[in-house]
Formats: sequence, C-alpha cells, structure tokens
Amino acid sequence: MSDTLLFALEATLNGLTAGVMYALVALGFVLIFKASGIFNFAQGVMALFAALTLVGFQSGQVPFSHLINAIFGTKLHHFGWNMPTVLAIPATVLVMIALAILIERYILKHLVNQEPIILFMATIGLAYLLEGLGDVMWGAEVKALDVGLPKGMSGAVDDMTFAWFGYGFYIDRLELWAAGIAAVLVASLTVFSQYTKQGRALRAVADDHQAALSVGISLRFIWVLTWSIAGIVALVAGIMWGSKSGVQFSLSLIALKALPVLILGGFTSIPGAIIGGLIIGVGEKLFDFFMQPVIGGATENWFAYMLALVFLLFRPQGLFGEKIIERV
Amino acid sequence: MLYREAGDFKTNYVADSQTFPIKFDRYGYYFLLGFAFLVMPLIINDYWANSIVVPFLIYTIAALGLNILIGYCGQLSLGTGAFMAVGAYASYKLMTAFPELNIVFVVVFAGIVTAAVGVLFGLPSLRIKGFYLAVATLAAQFFLIWLFTRQPWFYNYSPTGMISAPQRELFGVAVTGPRASAVAMYMFCLCFLVSLAWLARNLTRGTLGRQWMAIRDMDIAAEIIGVNPLMAKLTAFAVSSFFVGIAGALLFTVYLGAAEAGEAFGIDKSFLVLFMVIIGGLGSIFGAFAGAAFLIIGPVLLKLLLVNTLGWPTDLAAHLEIMIIGALILGFLILEPHGIAALWRTIKEKLRLWPFPY
Amino acid sequence: MKMRRLATAFVATMIAAAPTLADTLHFPSLSYRTGPFAAGGIPFADGYSDYLTLINERDGGIGGVPIRQSECETAYNTERGVECYQSIRGDNPLVLQPLSTGITYQLIPRTIEDGIPMHTMGYGRTSALNGEVFNWTFNYPANYWDGASVIINYLLEENGGALDGKKIVLLYHNSAYGREPIPTLTRLAERHGYELLTIGVDSPGQEQGSQWLQIRRERPDYVVMWGWGVMNPTAIQEAANIRFPMENFIGVWWSGSQQDVLPVGAGAHGYKALAMHGTGMDYPIYADMQRYVIDTGKQAGTGAEVGTVLYSRGMYAAMLAVEAAKKAQEIHGVAAITPAMMRDGMANLEITEELMAELGLPNFGPAFSVSCQNHGGSGAAMIQQWDANAGEWNLITDWIQPDRELIMEMAMEDSLAFAAENNMTPACLN
Repeated sequence: MSDTLLFALEATLNGLTAGVMYALVALGFVLIFKASGIFNFAQGVMALFAALTLVGFQSGQVPFSHLINAIFGTKLHHFGWNMPTVLAIPATVLVMIALAILIERYILKHLVNQEPIILFMATIGLAYLLEGLGDVMWGAEVKALDVGLPKGMSGAVDDMTFAWFGYGFYIDRLELWAAGIAAVLVASLTVFSQYTKQGRALRAVADDHQAALSVGISLRFIWVLTWSIAGIVALVAGIMWGSKSGVQFSLSLIALKALPVLILGGFTSIPGAIIGGLIIGVGEKLFDFFMQPVIGGATENWFAYMLALVFLLFRPQGLFGEKIIERV
Repeated sequence: MLYREAGDFKTNYVADSQTFPIKFDRYGYYFLLGFAFLVMPLIINDYWANSIVVPFLIYTIAALGLNILIGYCGQLSLGTGAFMAVGAYASYKLMTAFPELNIVFVVVFAGIVTAAVGVLFGLPSLRIKGFYLAVATLAAQFFLIWLFTRQPWFYNYSPTGMISAPQRELFGVAVTGPRASAVAMYMFCLCFLVSLAWLARNLTRGTLGRQWMAIRDMDIAAEIIGVNPLMAKLTAFAVSSFFVGIAGALLFTVYLGAAEAGEAFGIDKSFLVLFMVIIGGLGSIFGAFAGAAFLIIGPVLLKLLLVNTLGWPTDLAAHLEIMIIGALILGFLILEPHGIAALWRTIKEKLRLWPFPY
Repeated sequence: MKMRRLATAFVATMIAAAPTLADTLHFPSLSYRTGPFAAGGIPFADGYSDYLTLINERDGGIGGVPIRQSECETAYNTERGVECYQSIRGDNPLVLQPLSTGITYQLIPRTIEDGIPMHTMGYGRTSALNGEVFNWTFNYPANYWDGASVIINYLLEENGGALDGKKIVLLYHNSAYGREPIPTLTRLAERHGYELLTIGVDSPGQEQGSQWLQIRRERPDYVVMWGWGVMNPTAIQEAANIRFPMENFIGVWWSGSQQDVLPVGAGAHGYKALAMHGTGMDYPIYADMQRYVIDTGKQAGTGAEVGTVLYSRGMYAAMLAVEAAKKAQEIHGVAAITPAMMRDGMANLEITEELMAELGLPNFGPAFSVSCQNHGGSGAAMIQQWDANAGEWNLITDWIQPDRELIMEMAMEDSLAFAAENNMTPACLN
C-alpha cells in the first residue's frame, strides 16, 4: 500500500475516535433538546463544572475557599484529606443532580412557554453563571484529573498494523476507552428510556407535552430528570476530556465542537449524535490531511461548521432530525 | 408631572409620524445631543474616554447592527465578532494600500466590505432557520478568524501577524494612532454613532423595517402578503453587517490601535454584543444604547466596587463579574424578556400618566 | 519631541497622583488570574507580589520609601489590558509588566507618548532591543529571538557543531507570541542547513491530534515548541502518546513550568525547556521569604506555588524592577523616584554575579548590563529537563549564549522600520 493511503487510513481511524469524543458532548445536548425543546448552550460549561467538582472532591479542596478567605480573612484551602475516585464520582453525580434541581426551580420554571430563542439565550446566561461559579468554587488554576484511565499510544494496534502494513498506526488508548464508554452510555440510556417507568414518561414528554401532562406526568420532575442525566453525561464528557488535557477553563469550549455534530445528526436523535460525531471527526482529519499542504493547517476550527452548513443547505433538519413542517 | 402633554396636538401627518412625537422626549433628545456634542468634549478626561465612553460608542454601533438582524428581522447570528474583524481588516488593508485616503472613507468602505461579506454568509438564512442558522453563523465566525490569522495577505505578511493602525488625521487633528487625543477619538466615534443611529431609526420605521419585522413575526405569512424574503433577509444581513463592520473598523483604528483577529474578535465578542442586544431589548434602538451602556459600564463599576473599595482580590472579582453577568442575563430573561427598553417603556407610560393614573 | 514627552509624563503625574507622589513607590501588576491562561498568570503574579512584599517587610521599601502594589486583571485580553493601563497610568506607575505579547504591542506606542517605562521580560516585541527607538521599552535579560537562537546553539552543541540535513519542527501558538521565533529560526536554518517546518496551533490549543499525526509522519529530529496555556500540557501529552523521544522535544521558557508537565505524569519525563532563570527552593532568599512573607500570612497565593518555575519568574521580574529602582535612586539622588527616573535606572541597570549572591539568589539569573543601545541584556539562557520521578526541573547546561550578532542585525531592521513608520528619529534619552 502506498504511504499516502496508509496515512489517510490512520487519519481516518483517529478521526473516528475523535468523533466519539465529540459525540459524548453532543449527547447531552440531544437529551435536553428532546425532553424540553431547549438548546442547552451550557452543556460544555456543565462538563467543565462537573470535572472541576470531581477534582475538587478528589483532592479535598474547600469549596468557595477564595471567597470565604476574602470576606473573613481566613486561610482555608484544603480539608486535608483525599477522596478516592469511587466515592468522588457518586458525590459529583449528587452535585449535578442538585444543580439540575436548582436550574429547574429558579430558571426553567419561570421560562415556561417562552420562545425557544429566549430559552436558548437563557442557557447562554446559565453558561456564564456556571463558569463563574466553578471558578469561585474551585479556583481557576489548571488541575490534573486522573481517574485511572489508560493514556498514550495503543501498543497492540501499533504492532498489529505494523505486522500487516509495515507501518504502525497510532491510536490513543484513552480515545478507545472513550468509545467503549460512549457505547455503554448509549446502551444504558436506551435501556433506561425503553424499560423504566421514568424513561417512558420521559419519552412521553418528548412526544407531546400537553398529552403527557394530561395523563398525570409531572413535567417538573421530568425536567429535573433530564437535566440530571445531561449533568451525568457532562460528567462523563468532562472526565474524558479532562484526562486528556487537564481540567481548566478551555474545557468549556468543547461545546463549540459539538454544535456541528448536532446539526449534522439532528437535534433530536441519539444515534444521529454518534454518527454525526463520527462523520465530523473523520471529515476534519481527512480534510486537514489532504488540504494542509495547500491552504495551511488548523482547519479543524471551521471545517466542521462549513461541512454542517453545506449539509444544511440540502437537508435543513439534519441527518436524523424530524422533518420541519411549517404552517402559517 | 414630568410629561405635560396638554396642548401638544398634531395637526399634520408629518408631525404625527416623527421619531419623538412627545414634546418632552423631543427636547430631552435635543438636550442629550447638545450635551454629547458641546459639553462632553470639555469635561471628558482620558480615563473616562478610553475605558468607558469610546468603547461604549463603538459597541453601541455594533449592538445597533446586531439588533437590526436579530431584533428586527429575527435572524439569530453568532458571527458578530468575525464581522467586526472583517471591518477591522478591511480598514487596515485600505489604510495601508491607500495612505492618502481619508479616514472617514476608510471606515465607511470597511463597512461596505463587511456588508458584502455579511450578505454572502446571510445566503444560507434563506433555507436555514432558528438554531440551525445560529450554528451556521458560527461557521462564519470560525472561518473568517482562521482566514485572518492564517493567510498572511490579510496582515501584510507582518511577522507577528498583528495589524496596527497608522496615524490618520481629520481636519488636522489625529484621530487614530497613539497621539490621538481623547476628545478627538470621542468626537470621531460620536459622529459615526449619531449618523448611524439616525439611519437605523429611519430604516426600521420605513418600508424596509416593516418588511424585516414581518419576516421576523412569521416568515411564511410575510411571504404570502408579498414580502420578498430573499430581499428582506439579505438587506437585513447587509445593513446589519455594515453597522458591525463600521464598529469593528472603529474598534481597531481608534480604540485598540493594534489587534490580532483570534484574540480581539473571537467568539467572546459575538456573545458580548449579543448580550447587549438581549439586555437592552430586542427590536429597539434605545435598547442598543442601554444594553451597551450596561455591559460596558457595569463591569467597570463592579471592579471599582469590589477591587478598589472592598479590596478583594482581582481574580475573585473577575469570577464574580462573570457570574453576575450570567445572573443578570437570566434575571432579565425571566423578569423582562424584552430588556431595558421594555422596562423604560413601562416607566414612561407610568410617568406620562402620573400623578393621575386613570 | 522629548520636551513633549516629559511634559506629558509630568502632567500625567500631577493630575492623579499628587497626594501619593512622595510617600510610596507604585509598582502595578497587570495580572491574569482568570480566563484560559490563568494557570500561567497566577504563579507569576504571586511571585511578583511576594517579592515586593518581602522588600517592604524586610527592608521597609526601597531606599526607605515603601512600595505600593496594585493589581489589575487583564484575563490576557488586550482590551482589558488597555483599560488597566488607562486606569493606572495617571497613578505614577514606575514600571509596567503587561505579561502578554499582545498587550505589549498595544502599549508600546502609548507608553512612549506617556513616558512610562515598560519591562517585557522574555516576551513582547523583540526589536525593543534597540533602545534608541524604543526608549521606554526594555526586554532584558532575554527575548524570543535569543531563545530560538539558544535552542539552536544547544542543538549544535549536541550534534557536534552541525545540523545539516536535520529536520526541526516548530510547533507554535498561533498568535503574535507564537510567531515571534519564526524569522530567527528561518535565518538560522539558512546558516546551519537544517530543514524547518512550522506547525501552528490555534488558541487555546487543547486539540492537537492532527498536528501530532503530521509530526509523526514527518519524523523530525527535534520539535521546538512556542506554546502557552493549555497548549503546553496537551502537546507534551500528545508527544508522549506518539512516543516521540522526549529529550528531543524542547519548549521555550513559557512552555517549561510545572503546570505544563504535571498533568501528563510519567509521560513527560525527559522533556526539555529553556530556562532564563533558576528554579526550585535551593536559594537563600526563601528563608527570608518564609520568615517575612509566608509565616506572617502576607503571601499573595496559597503558598503551594512557591518555588515553581513561573513563581520564580515573577519573583525575578520583581527583583529586576527593584534593582532598577535602586539604580534610579542612586543616579538621581532622590528616594521618591518618578517613572522617568525609573527609566534611567533601567537603562543603566547592571546585574553582576556578586549582586545576585548578595540578594540571596546566587546564579539564579545571568549577569548582564543594560545600555541605551542594548535594552536586552545578554540573552543567555539555560536548558532544563523535567524529571517526572522526582517531580522537579533539573538544569542540564550552563548559560548558553545566543547568536547576538544576527539578532541585533534583525532587531535593527525591524526597529528602524518602526521608527520610519512613526516618524521617529532614533536617539538616546539622557
């Protein structure tokens, strides 16, 4: 096989694994959009917030220590203990659920029946609020996140491909794990929504708010539930991305990588999010590989958006989205 | 008591359809204009001009532009930062390619270039709507910024990739470059703002503005009653981008003096202007002023309060500032989704009737 | 010209700071403790502040005049940096340290107008070397072009004096900062015959998958990095992932601190970076620091960052500022110096090994002197290597000198072009 083909194949494989990472973030968007019709811009910041909280628990940081110190002149920083990961993750899940309850009670409840665009802007406000809250709670310095996931080049893939083609492919073990975790996540979400009472209620609300309300499903409970699940998905995304490059402010920017994935896959489809992620991952890696000598690098920043834009022109509702029906 | 409307009758249509039909408002407006043009230049000092007033004037222009697109025509755009960058880079290329060109024309041409780019990126709006369009405008944001940081032609092959504005004079007074005085910068931006606000006000209450609003309220219905959606949407993109481009050109030439696309015109800028429009009030000229004032002066006041008065650490103050801005946006959306402008309208109604509210 | 500048400086001084003029020396700090680059900004700002606090607590200020510190948050954002500058420029600031190349470019023309000295240590505009054009801007002890040249000189030494046929990749932060070394590395490539490949990473840079795949395909002999913020740990992580030999991966001094290597863990072992000053706690000054600042609870940060690379850099910047202030007091014979006097102190600064030892920082920084023609010091730097097992940076070379002749030549071209653009006549202020 020629070198170019091999390199392109390697780029494709890496694109697939990168695509899974995008899809992880996109999943959270889809969940909330399906259940409440809200396009939750704060999903990326929720991932950052979850990861910050996890690290904070792990290292036994005192939350709001900075603020407390400024007001009372104390010198608090650490509790002096470290929480094992198995405890810290459930604790973080509890925080994300509490956050969902607060969001429902203080924000969503008051915005019922507003136009989608207002709700969208409200989530931008929420993103800022959470970003500031995360910083005030845990501080802005970069933190290492280690939950015991393997990192680095996968030796097995390298050896295997070397034996086949005479060129070892590079694949990050962390991203392989991410793919596995994403599969588990999607499977459990499917099981949850198909076979549990709450899951069915969730689907009922997604189908028709009015009808769901009239058969006695509590809309507020469902919203708390959705935001909690989205919070947990955010935690998973936060762990995966945080293990990759540390937990700090830039983590929230991964939301921007998920938007074109959503467009491609459609806002309401979970398989769409996965497939959209894969298409974008492979597309941008291959585009960069072939066009890099011609127009220069770093095209990933916009390629996904351009792809989504061109795609939209032909199919405005996305790959798996519901058909948009317009009436006067 | 403030409003005394007794005897304020209109006897012809022209008088009835003027911008400020109430006499008190009209005199208030003349007074403000007079104050801005005659008194402010005398009392303004460097700190106020440079950190509050000039950015306020420039961002108001950008907010006016975005408000035309979102508030009047209902097309959500997250690409404002990139369009400002187009204005900035266009003015840079014009200034360096034609050193003799008057700075006023440079800024206006930069606006026209931006309008053209805006129309180009507005084309998808004919097929894409709502959030999908918002994400599509992000394509403009990232692509244009990439173009300006990666293609050396745009920054004249300078090794650092930064662009810097040479000194330009107007009537013998430097308005750009480090030697420009605060008053010159202020007056230059003020003239642009006043003429553009006048333009915006009159566009939005004319045929074009009514077409935009029809499209915003329900595009299919508008199409049925004979509004051409192609023309309406594209003109909205063009006019909006023209304003935003001028704001970008002024931000770069007058205020910053040197800039780098990725840093000065990133997505944060898009959100900042969007927040101005939301907080100020969608679909209101006054709202653009109010929103810009709020988001420019607010953080400075907050900083003065927390850091200089309470003596808190700067990082804590900055984090709280982000939180407070987020909370304010949420608060406004919950309490008054139509922003400060709607708040002002309510107050005005009350004032007109006060003290006899019947 | 000169009169006008002095007049502006004088007026600016008189307007805002009349009451505080005599009793304190104002050292502002433009810091960034928030935003994407907070991780680097925090330790620097803490080190800067702690050293000044130490001088106040231990010596009662400089020449008997206490230091007044002020801090302004820029978030590494040029607009906020300009706002900060406007808010302090009337308050008699002795020296500005903007800590961002972008803000530096904004402030150079303004500080020239206002007559406020600016010190950009290891960043900023390299051609500020030429003090005849950039009267108010200083970039001692080293700048980016020095850094690039030191790396190449180090590699020359490693390779027995020749780099012919070698392939070197420059991985840079795609901003004014990251693009700085490109001209120098290109010129040096012509001279030494290596092949240079530049790969940019857009800010913030937490995704470098395709860049590193490209590096893996190209199989370069060395990778040189000009990164900042999250770009650093990501790059080191990716390098470890593709099993790039870490000892052939060299970062600039802004890519060589604890924050950059710690998140990567064991994979970062052997990574090298430039060091323009020493690091670690093995300096006598830390005894005083402990006694006067940390034990009394006056330190700026949590105390965890004391002794780290960027903390040391902040401390070093403060130390150079204090020494320049002392020099200014000596030249002018007044204790309460003005920004203009401070400039003279900076322009005549002389750091000797004896002085460094006396300050409790033996061999911490290079010995150098500043003159009107050379605002850049010596440009020497060391190479340090990360030991992941011990969790510390080890210096593996002595001071390496850059190719100053070439750099001076390039700086002259660039600064004279700036002077021509702005209708300035290069001359010394004295």
